[in-house]
Amino acid sequence: MFVRGLKRKCFDGEEDIEGTLAGIKAIPSYNLQRQSLLDMSLVKLQLCHMLVEPNLCRSVLIANTVRQIQEEMTQDGTWQMINTQSTGQASLDRLVSTDILCRSSREQAEGKHVPGYSTFNKDFEGDQERESSETMSTASSVQGPRNLQSNVWEMENPQENKGTFQKSLDQIFETLENKSPNSVEDLFSEVDNSYYDLDTMLTGMMSNTKMGHCDGLETFSSTTTTPSNSNCKSDLNELDHIVEILVES
Amino acid sequence: ADIISTVEFNHTGELLATGDKGGRVVIFQREPESKNEPYNQGEYNVYSTFQSHEPEFDYLKSLEIEEKINKIKWLPQQNAAHSLLSTNVVFSFKDKTIKLWKITERDKRPEGYNLKDEEGKLKDLSTVTSLQVPVLKPMDLMVEVTPRRIFANGHTYHVNSISVNSDCETYMSADDLRINLWHLAITDRSFNIVDIKPANMEDLTEVITASEFHPHHCNLFVYSSSKGSLRLCDMRASALCDKHSKLYEEPEDPSNRSFFSEIISSVSDVKFSHSGRYMLTRDYLTVKVWDLNMETKPVETYQVHDYLRSKLCSLYENDCIFDKFECAWNGSDSVIMTGAYNNFFRMFDRNTKRDVTLEASRESSKPRAILKPRRVCVGGKRRKDDISVDSLDFTKKILHTAWHPTENIIAIAATNNLYIFQDKVNSEMH
Repeated sequence: MFVRGLKRKCFDGEEDIEGTLAGIKAIPSYNLQRQSLLDMSLVKLQLCHMLVEPNLCRSVLIANTVRQIQEEMTQDGTWQMINTQSTGQASLDRLVSTDILCRSSREQAEGKHVPGYSTFNKDFEGDQERESSETMSTASSVQGPRNLQSNVWEMENPQENKGTFQKSLDQIFETLENKSPNSVEDLFSEVDNSYYDLDTMLTGMMSNTKMGHCDGLETFSSTTTTPSNSNCKSDLNELDHIVEILVES
Repeated sequence: ADIISTVEFNHTGELLATGDKGGRVVIFQREPESKNEPYNQGEYNVYSTFQSHEPEFDYLKSLEIEEKINKIKWLPQQNAAHSLLSTNVVFSFKDKTIKLWKITERDKRPEGYNLKDEEGKLKDLSTVTSLQVPVLKPMDLMVEVTPRRIFANGHTYHVNSISVNSDCETYMSADDLRINLWHLAITDRSFNIVDIKPANMEDLTEVITASEFHPHHCNLFVYSSSKGSLRLCDMRASALCDKHSKLYEEPEDPSNRSFFSEIISSVSDVKFSHSGRYMLTRDYLTVKVWDLNMETKPVETYQVHDYLRSKLCSLYENDCIFDKFECAWNGSDSVIMTGAYNNFFRMFDRNTKRDVTLEASRESSKPRAILKPRRVCVGGKRRKDDISVDSLDFTKKILHTAWHPTENIIAIAATNNLYIFQDKVNSEMH
């Protein structure tokens, strides 16, 4: 039932080896895994969507997972945007939280989240009333999954929704782009080029005009250098396939 | 045979109903125990089979509606047991339609009509010379099943559970976002008692996964969510029970947190104990017993297959992480049971704290053979007959199980096979 060729980077047991190494070496692997989980989830959502009778519970759970990953990625990514954020109080909070993130070591890549970080940004989006403690969000990254979700869940017109999915992905990229143009460039200056290529491919297929502005979805640490390069080349072929499916709709 | 999608004993345990993906219902009846062979406890044999739901085509959406039966619930028997026509009513539903069936038995039929002959053909009136009164003669037992009510159009989303109220007049049906209250005699109207649909569907993050009426208090019901919480509602408080009376939620364990935490906390089944004092919930890796008086955490937690915790990513990839397992209490609320993978099912004794893993498969269960406990080894010492985690068959899942209301008899649905196990030693103990 799953997309063939998707590189499976599972969290299963691989961290045992990684965990013993220094924190820095563990981080790129964790990012890769997290990225692949995100990709997998997005494809699942799309497949869910194409089902004759979509399973709402499953869609909601997958969408929540996507949001979690994106939120965490944004958290990771924000420490690079220290100088460019101009949202006042919120940015201060983010600065502090990311500082803590930097100090903590990620021993178990599967998800030993820093306990402290969940308390920050809890009230950042005032219109949300959630009971779960893990809710922290930034406007840009949440917009995306929301648009995605609304199309997945309105079951009245599945045929119509297929067409709008592409639009919603466009919207994701658009809103992320609009948020802070300066920071995007700063981000990309430190970026690993191979990811940038993936980026370009993904967004390039979606809309011909935009080129690689996908900072919300594709944040990564600047310490990533060589390990990911070779992996990314083979990833490209697999991504080809995924993108094919996404674009088909 | 099609894949069994639900199993349910009736209130006396005499009848066992199963529904399958093809919309068919098969009802088994327990043979009366024979005095001559005390160890030959009553066995279950097929009593009736009928087609509950047909595949339909929704012309508006151009969708084929599957006819899979999601749940069956029995109504308590209203008529006296010793009358000729014993009436049992059963619910079944699939997708968004709920049907109520009446099952009647006929073991006598009238013979000796004046106008019709044996085969029902009209007699030639010239041959009729005298009048006779038709008499009832015994015949082979015939079971008739007739649809009595169809409760349609009550739901926009897939119905995941139905529960008959202890007042025997009403029942509720729950879909992903709403719960409706119906009266058994009224099919064109239902009352909406819970609605968690957000104004903006983009804000949706939680759905209803299961619901049940309290066994004794007809005003209380519980529903579970995809975020692992339970809400106990009192229908006397307000017409729309959006504000729960009590919220049961266990705080997340930060050391076990992962991207899959929410998915594995989603409750797939909730069942009140027979006493009405406890609730049993099943999430992906555990079963939990909750005391109605304690909302902060469950009173007991049992690990069903914790060895899967390190495999969550693979299970997410192959979608197994979304499997919805059911759970069950025994008659005295001392043992709980739930299914797992590889055709294994687990039982936990709440008093002795012992648990056992058993397998429902043809190879391991010859008739009358005692089931051998199984073990999954997680590395380390491996005994003979142990199964390693990696060789578990995830396509063989036991999602549906049922326990006889009073005796130690269990029904296990393993894909398209139904297994009925009895406790040999304690057959007379409750």
